[in-house]
Parts: sequence; structure tokens; C-alpha cells
Amino acid sequence: RGVRLVSGDVHRIEKVLIANRGEIACRVMRTAKKMGVRSVAVYSDADRDSMHVAMADEAYHIGPPPSQQSYLAMEKVLEVAKKSGSHAVHPGYGFLSENTEFAEACKQEGIIFIGPPSSAIRDMGIKSTSKHIMSAAGVPIIGGYHGEDQSNERLQAEAAQIGYPVMIKAVRGGGGKGMRIARSDSDFLEQLESARREARKSFNDDVMLIEKFVEDPRHVEVQVFGDMHGNAVYLFERDCSVQRRHQKIIEEAPGPGISPEVRRKLGEAAVKAAKAVNYVGAGTVEFIMDAKHNFYFMEMNTRLQVEHPVSEMITGTDLVEWQLRVAAGERLPLLQDDIILRGHSFEARIYAEDPNNDFLPGAGPLLHLSTPPPEEQTRIETGVREGDEVSAHYDPMIAKLVVWGEDRSAALKKLRYCLRQYNIVGLNTNIDFLLSLSGHPEFEAGNVSTSFIPQHYADLFPAPRPPCGATVCQAALGLLLQEKTHVQEFTEASTDPFSPFGSSSGWRNNVVFIRNMTLQVGDKKVDVVIKYNSDGSYSMQIGEDVYHVTGTVELEGGASYLHCSVNGVKSRPKLVILDNTVHLFSTEGSSQVSVPVPKYLAGARGSGAQGGAVAPMTGTIEKVLVKAGDKVAAGDPLMVMIAMKMEHTIRAPKSGVIKKVFFSEGSQANRHAALVELQEEGEEENGGGGGEAVSSQ
Amino acid sequence: WLLRCRSLPVACSRPYYADKVARLGSEADKQSSIYQENYEQMQVLVDELKSRTEKIKLGGGEKARRLHISRGKLLPRERIDRLLDPGTPFLEFSQFAAYQLYKNEEVPAGGIIAGIGRVSGVECVIVANDATVKGGAYYPMTVKKHLRAQEIAQQNHLPCIYLVDSGGANLPRQADVFPDRDHFGRIFYNQAKMSSEGIAQIAVVMGSCTAGGAYVPAMADESIIVRKQGTIFLGGPPLVKAATGEVVSAEDLGGADLHCKKSGVTDHYALEDNHALHLARKAVRNLNYRKNLEVTTEPVEAPLFPPDELYGIVGANLKRNFDIKEVIARVVDGSRFDEFKAFYGDTLVTGFARIFGYPVGIIGNNGVLFSESAKKGTHFIELCCQRNIPLIFLQNITGFMVGREYEAGGIAKDGAKMVTAVACANVPKITVIIGGSYGAGNYGMCGRAYSPRFLYMWPNSRISVMGGEQAATVLATITKDQRAREGKEFSAEQEAAMKEPIIRRFEEEGSPYYSSARLWDDGIIDPADTRLVLGLSLSAALNAPTKKTQFGVFRM
Repeated sequence: RGVRLVSGDVHRIEKVLIANRGEIACRVMRTAKKMGVRSVAVYSDADRDSMHVAMADEAYHIGPPPSQQSYLAMEKVLEVAKKSGSHAVHPGYGFLSENTEFAEACKQEGIIFIGPPSSAIRDMGIKSTSKHIMSAAGVPIIGGYHGEDQSNERLQAEAAQIGYPVMIKAVRGGGGKGMRIARSDSDFLEQLESARREARKSFNDDVMLIEKFVEDPRHVEVQVFGDMHGNAVYLFERDCSVQRRHQKIIEEAPGPGISPEVRRKLGEAAVKAAKAVNYVGAGTVEFIMDAKHNFYFMEMNTRLQVEHPVSEMITGTDLVEWQLRVAAGERLPLLQDDIILRGHSFEARIYAEDPNNDFLPGAGPLLHLSTPPPEEQTRIETGVREGDEVSAHYDPMIAKLVVWGEDRSAALKKLRYCLRQYNIVGLNTNIDFLLSLSGHPEFEAGNVSTSFIPQHYADLFPAPRPPCGATVCQAALGLLLQEKTHVQEFTEASTDPFSPFGSSSGWRNNVVFIRNMTLQVGDKKVDVVIKYNSDGSYSMQIGEDVYHVTGTVELEGGASYLHCSVNGVKSRPKLVILDNTVHLFSTEGSSQVSVPVPKYLAGARGSGAQGGAVAPMTGTIEKVLVKAGDKVAAGDPLMVMIAMKMEHTIRAPKSGVIKKVFFSEGSQANRHAALVELQEEGEEENGGGGGEAVSSQ
Repeated sequence: WLLRCRSLPVACSRPYYADKVARLGSEADKQSSIYQENYEQMQVLVDELKSRTEKIKLGGGEKARRLHISRGKLLPRERIDRLLDPGTPFLEFSQFAAYQLYKNEEVPAGGIIAGIGRVSGVECVIVANDATVKGGAYYPMTVKKHLRAQEIAQQNHLPCIYLVDSGGANLPRQADVFPDRDHFGRIFYNQAKMSSEGIAQIAVVMGSCTAGGAYVPAMADESIIVRKQGTIFLGGPPLVKAATGEVVSAEDLGGADLHCKKSGVTDHYALEDNHALHLARKAVRNLNYRKNLEVTTEPVEAPLFPPDELYGIVGANLKRNFDIKEVIARVVDGSRFDEFKAFYGDTLVTGFARIFGYPVGIIGNNGVLFSESAKKGTHFIELCCQRNIPLIFLQNITGFMVGREYEAGGIAKDGAKMVTAVACANVPKITVIIGGSYGAGNYGMCGRAYSPRFLYMWPNSRISVMGGEQAATVLATITKDQRAREGKEFSAEQEAAMKEPIIRRFEEEGSPYYSSARLWDDGIIDPADTRLVLGLSLSAALNAPTKKTQFGVFRM
């Protein structure tokens, strides 16, 4: 068992440790299985029952949930690599993937680190160094100051020299942190200070660089691959312009509107960059591109990127396979001329987050999860299954939906079609946002830039439309049919399985059975008057409108569909009923209708459920803005919480009077913990009638 | 399907080829003028039945309803709907109790709603006062209906839930409400007796429970009270003031706080009606009740013919004959009927079938009863009792055959055999009067006096000692003979004038509404609902454990 040799001997990789979790760990294991390579997983306490653990041939526990003590703990990972007899370690992305020390340590232990040599990681990891190297290699770079003199005066002078607006960026920065834009001389110092403060907090280093700020730039990156034999190729570009919180959300390959000429230039520049650092393995060279398709080197990521599948889709390659083969010392499977671009591919990242609340990351259980059927042209890259939890400890990405089409518009159509079939209940996701984003005419036209979301904000966040009467009827029907199933199941399991008392006909002697059901639709209560017709159909009255409703629930591929007819219009939305809420997913979008919890039951469930504000995730209460007795209006800030390194303002979900404040400043609140007890005005009267659910049997 | 079979202790079915073939009944001739006329006439009667019932459903009128709702209370039928397992059927009894009974006062449904429905999976008798009707006061017929509901509960071993909201006895009628054996006091006697027999008694106090009424929750096994709505006291505030001068509010005298915290008269404290009903559902769940079927069941199969064809087959004209087998074919599972003694005494049809999977022995009339028919009926009842098969009587009977030949043949003795058998049979008996119910035929076919578990009437049916026409003729003949003896004349005009009011009176008193108003039956039903009503009634009846039948002396 040998150390990787520069001589280019081929080594055996028969067992690979994946030092990661979630979808990327699963992704690597899939290829490993395909190639006959045994896989070893590592997991923290939080991931004991995760999908990547279940998929691996072997799995080792490496510590508590915080990544510093598990997925980032080099010694532990190395220990497992040795113990398991792994020949190689695949770091995935994030965690240890761009950690020089780790790559070095692997080498010391005689274990192949699947990635570039540690020197390349180091050189590319420091932005100023990487630019020096690239500039020297003739790769176009953007004007800027990367100097050692970090005095305010010098930096300000350099900024003036480059010309406003400028970008102030932490040299060790990443993920949008420690990054500020100064638009004029007058706000430079303030932005500089702010960037430094954040950088110190995040990276413990406040060295800054100043760069020309390109207005509405595009983010274009090139997938490159090098081997130990001096070969390097590019697998064309990806456009990852559309971002929120400076993080990618939807990616595509190839870049829209990019001419073959520019494409070739981009690719060649990227290969030049890779060669400049003797790059081995998968890497990504990021450029910013202005409106005239001039591009400038930004940085190089020395790992497999989250969005690598779109490149695979348009080139018909398996980059993880390439990684394993190249790491074993093999030559690149294809040379540049053999790599043909075909079709168009999109990737949409499905996150547990709340787009309507500044994309606040979320966590929680995936109570219901159904996906479009995976096939050759539709990939679902995920590390979670229904019933799993999106942990607050790690990245809140649930899945990547990757599609391929003959051309961009075909791929986009497919993306939207598949997004509609991606249905999740249990936590907020960005699926609806991805739908409105991918359906925006400017996006369809390929007019993308990093400022796409702020530019089209109003279109992307349309005012929520309350479900229409027909949808409320569908929800009511769903509830009635669920009741029917419950009654039927009970009856069939009873000692008298055929008793007509077990029918859900609502039969009454000589009179028509009319039933009132109160449903919570958005922030409104809607009364539905349901008439049980003798033919098994229902007449539902909402306000003045009467709907004739029939239907059944059909199970298909593990999901329930409501085959229904409302006033003669037939449809078959996916139906998920959890607790008191009916979720309907149709090709026209999703909607939710719930049964209000009667007050006498709500009491038993804790005041949190009664519409008080709850902690969106585990975190520390930074500030308490209200006290008992205060009157608040819906949307008023109640508390400020620090969680996942971000500040969250918790707002009143409805107007009313604060009855109790459960947390004080500095205390720790668990996810979904009630923060305050809020009493709605006029709540005292009026017991929440509502149809009592049959589940109380 | 597999799941269904697995959960069954008995065989789902015992199929063999012939089962699929031998069916009863024939395609109705819908083009015939008789069918169409019948259909139309019956449709009119059914429409009338439904529109009258819809009106009764409204209880004590718009103003009373609005007042009731404004107090934060649910209407009684809504209370029942929310007490029941959602969307399941409710077999309501005697909707026409007290119908046109008290001259100037309408007391819809007798001011009380009673029926059987499933609560937390258990079939229960529910008795709910309708406070929108005269404040829920007990009229004589209210008492009778309450007692009948308790009788049903006792006979069929069904837990009782009382939704109490009543001001107590109707004072001006106290003489017809208070003193006798089957008056108000019997309610509490029944509660005690049923409780002793292990039939659960649950009271939900959703309004006032004054004086005697206070004993409903107090005598219950478990009771629930709604705060600020329910009150229980032996004497209300006016009475207390009159007696002792003490001034006290109803709530302080007998409200939920007092009875749940101090007196212990009630056990559960409900915030509002829905909460109380929720607690009642829980109370039933905690009965640890299990229905033990002592009969076999089979998967349900609908009849081959639509039930509304009964309208066209039977019609409203009682003089028109129809084949009872066509009725049976539209009531039983898969229209399958295994007839017994088909060629003997064929004016009485007997045979075995299933209704909603339950085994039944059916006895139906196809004409006047002869000695053979009566003996056949007796034999068949013996079979059903021996085998523990519930009996269904489909009554359309003018009586036993009369005349010298038949008297000489001992028809009285043979009829007596059948009456003895019917009286003594301890299997559940359910009677539906689908046509005429006259004379001793009513006895032999399990009329009210023979304690069928349930007795229903179709809207076209008539019940009286004999037909109006016959009665008038009998009376006219007697008068004529008397006049003749006195040498007086009795003209045709005089005869007609004498007969007319008799016929009218019989017609009126024979009406199912007249019968239902006085609780001679358990309700008028739409013929098309017969199968379902029988299924529900059987399901309820089979809660009671079997009692062995011991027949009396059969006169040979």
C-alpha cells in the first residue's frame, strides 16, 4: 500500500472513506458502488440514522453533532481511515475538502487524499496569492489591491485608484462573509470597518483586499480536471449567477448566451490557471463576467463543487469516477477533443429555508417528502428520506434537483415540471420560490446576473394568493375522505366488520345531513357547509358559492392523490394530511388548509401551538423587545435571536396581547420552543368549533 | 380485501357456483301504467314525509333557535352530530312524536331527540333535549319517547348518553307526566336498573337540569357539565327564594364550578359544548366496551335492484296486490333469499337471507293468513330461535282468514300458535309495516304489543283493528239489522251518512303519522331506506347477549 507516487504508477483504491455527510456522501458512494469500491462513512451523533450511513458498506461514529468535533476533526477522520483500512479519503465539498493540513496529514499516513496536492489548495486558498499566480500565468484578473499595507489610508487610496464602486473583501473570506461594497469615498471607511469586524468574527483574520466592483456581474465558472501526468481539460462553464445571501441557488450549464468563442476562451483560461498550480483532480475556476462577456479570474475552488452534476449532464461524464481514477494515478479518461457539449442542464437547490423571511435557514423533520421519479435525465441528489430531519447543525440543503434537456428551454420546462412534483411537508422550503424564479421571463431569456433576485424582487415574491373556493373544497374533501378511511379501518378491525354504522354516508332518517366545517385558510377562518348527498357526493357551500364535489383518494408510488371533481372540473392533486393540516400539491402550485385546533385541545398542547411566536431554530435570545401586557400588532418584532451565526428577528404572528414572555436575554431557546404566549383579541369568547377530527377515536 | 379477510374470525363467504345464480326477484316493468302510478303516488308520500321531517328538524322555530345559538350553545342535532363519529349514520327514532297531538301546541319531535349512533366506535343510544322546543320541557309524549329510548337501550344493551338541556316537567300537564308507572320517575328507575345491568349511563349537562331532571346527571355513571351553561339543582333560584328567602344565582346554586369542585355531582368540567361532547366521546372510549357478535357475518353485497323500485312495486294503494318477494329482493344482500316451505301455506313467505352481512329470517305476507301459513310461520320462528337468527317481519296483512270452513279448520288455534311463537321468540325481532296492519294479523306479524326491538312504518301504511270500510260496513250492518228488528227503515243515504265519518276517522287514526305521534312505532321511513334501517337496527340489536327462547304451550 503506497503513497501516491509522482512517477504515475497506478494504485489500487478498493476502499474509500467519505469524510462528509448528506447528499455528497451519498453521491460519492453511488459511484464507488458502481466501480466496485467499498465505501466507509463517518457520522456524528446527529447523523446516526442518516441516509449516508445506511448507504455505506461500513460506518464509524466520530463524535457529537457540532462539526468541529466530528466532520472537521481531522484526527478522528484519519483514525477511522486507518482503522477501516481505507485506501483513500474523499472529502466531498465543505468540511475538510480544502484543508491543506488535512491533505498533508493524509499523505503522511499513506492514504490518498482525493483532491489536488496540498500546495495547490494552499495557493488557491489565499485570494491575493491566487491572483498573483493567475496574473503571472496570463489569466485575466480584475484590477485590485492585494497588498500587505492594511492601513485605512492606503486601502482608501487604492480604492480611489481602482475607481468606485469597489469591493472590500476579506482575503480569507468566503460564502459572502467579510465582504462589503463601497460606492463612494465617503462610505468607504464605514464599509471597511464592517467587513473587518465580520471577517475577524468568522475567520479570525481581517486582512482585506480591494477590487473593482463589477455592476450586475455574472458568475461563470469552469469545471477543470487535471491528472498526475500533466494533462488538464475543461468541461465547459456553468452559470451560477442567481444567488441569494451570496449563495448559489440555481445553476446551469452551459452558460446562457455564451458564444462558442467565449466558451473556448473561458475554458482555455481555466486550464491555464489549473496548469499554473500543477492541478490534479476536479477543480473549478470562477470568473466574473460583465455584460460584454469580458471575464476576470476570481478564485479557484480546489474541490468537487455542489453544482458539478450540471457539467456531468452536458458532457456525459461521472466526475466522481474521474476523481477516483485520477487519484489512483490513472490518466484522464477523456482528452479535450473528446469532451463534447450536448444539451443543457439545470440544477435547483432545494433548501430548508423561508424565502419570505429573507431566506432564513430552517431545520426540522421532513414529515412528508415525495420527489419526481428519478430517471436518466432527472437526478435527485439528496441525503435525506421522508421522516429524516434537516439538522440545524449542518447545511440546510435538502436536495439538488438536476435535469437535462436538448436545449435550454426544454431543460427549463423539465425543471419546472419536476419542481412541482417535489413536495415537502414539515418545514419551509424554497420550492415555490424556485418555481417563480425559474418561471420568470427574464430568467427564461437567460438574462441572469448576481443581482437577479433584488432586481426582480416584486415578481419573485408575489403576494400570497389565498386558496380559491375549489381548493378549499378539495381540502375539505380530503378531510372527509380521511375520516372515512379512519372509520372504515376501525370498523374492519372491530368485532363487527360489516356494520352499516361504519359507513361514512352521514345518513340521517328522512333529512339531509348538513355539517359545518371551519377551516383555517391563511389567516382567515372559512366556514364550509357540507351537504351529504344520497349519491355519495357532497355539496359544499362557502359564502354564496356552492360546489358539487366528489372524489376518492388513490395511492400511487407511496403518495396519496386526491382524484376529485369540483363542479365538474377534474383534477388529481397530491394530498398530504399531517396533524391538522391538509397540503395539496398540484401542477398549479401548492396550498395549505388546516383545521383550527379547538381551544380545549390547544390548552393541552402547550401555549406554543396557540399562535404564539416560536423559535425558528435553536439559538440564543439576544434581545427581548416586549413584556407581558404589551399590545402588539401582527409583524411587530418580539425578540432577536442569534442562531446559525445569524441574527433573526422573531415577529408577532398575529396581533394581540402578550400574556407571558418565556425567555430572557441571553437564554437558550430550542427549536419550536414557544417564546411568548400571545392572546388574540376576542379569543376568549368563541370556542374554536371546527370539525373534530375522527383521529380522536 | 386480504386485510378484511384476515381480520375476520369467521369465513368471509362460503361460495359455490350456484350461489351466484339463484337470485330472487325480477326486473321491474317500469313501463307499465301500474308501476308508474304506484311510483308517483309513493313519491308524493315520501316527499311529504321528508318535507315534514325537515320542518321538524328545525325544532322550536327560528326565534328560539337564534336565542339558543346566541347563548353559545349548539343546537341539539348539531350536538349529536359532533358527539357521533364524524360522518357516520344516526338512526333517529320517532321524529313525529307528539305530531299534531297537543291541539294548539306543536312540540316538534316531542321536544326530545332520540336515536342510535356510533360514539368512539360504540353504538350508543343518545337522548338529547331540544331546549328550543318549550325550553325542553317534558310533555307526556316527551316522557314516553325518553322511556322508549331507554327501553331500546335496555333491550339491546346499548350505553346511554343523555344530552340534558331541559326545564323539567310541563307543569300544566303534570298529571300526565308525573305520577304513573311509565311517567317521569321511570327515567331514573331505568337509569338505575340499566347501570346495574352494566349498561353505561352518561349524562352531559348542557343546560338546565332542574328538580327531577337533576337526577339524570346524578344517577348517571359519569357526568359532564358545561361551565356557564349547565346547571343542576333540585330547586331553582325562584323556588329557593320562595322557600327560604335566599337570593342566589343559577350558576352559584348549581353551576359547573359548584358541581365539579364542591358537590361532586358532576365529574368533568367542560369549557363549552364542543368540549363537553369531546369529553363524552372519551368517556365512551373508557367504557372498555366490546361488541360480541353471536352470529356469523358475511361481506356485504348490495341487492341486484335499486331500492326506489319499491315505490313502483308497492305504491300507495293498499288494495293493490304485490309480490312480497319483489320487496325482499330489494332489501337483502345480493337479492339472495333461501326460501323455506315455498309451496306450503304460500300466503306467508318465509326464508333466510343476509342484510349487511347479518343473518336474518324473513317473514312476509303475500295475502291473508290461513292455517297452513300460520303453522309454517310458527315452524320458521322455531328454526330461527333454535339457530339464533334475528327475525324480520314485513307486515302487509289484512288478518287471518274468516268463514265457517276456516273456523272449523281451527284457524284460531293455528293463529294462536304463531302468536305464541312470536311472543316468546327471544331473538331480535324487527317489524316493518309496509302496507296494511289489521286485526290479529298485527299480532301474528309481531305488532307493537309483541315487543319487537324496533318497529317502523312506511308512509303508505295503515294500522287499525280493521279497515275503515270494513268497520263502517260492520257498524252499518249492525245498525241496519237493529232497525229492521224495530221495523224501521235504514235508507242508503242514511247508511252512507253513517259510514262516512267512520271511514274518515279510521283513515285518520290509521295513518302512520297518527301512530308515530303516539309512539306506536319507532318512526316512519322512506321505503328506499328500508335495507339500511334494518341493517342499522340489526347492528344495534346484536349488542345484546342472546337469551334462550322457551316457547309456551302450542295448542295442537
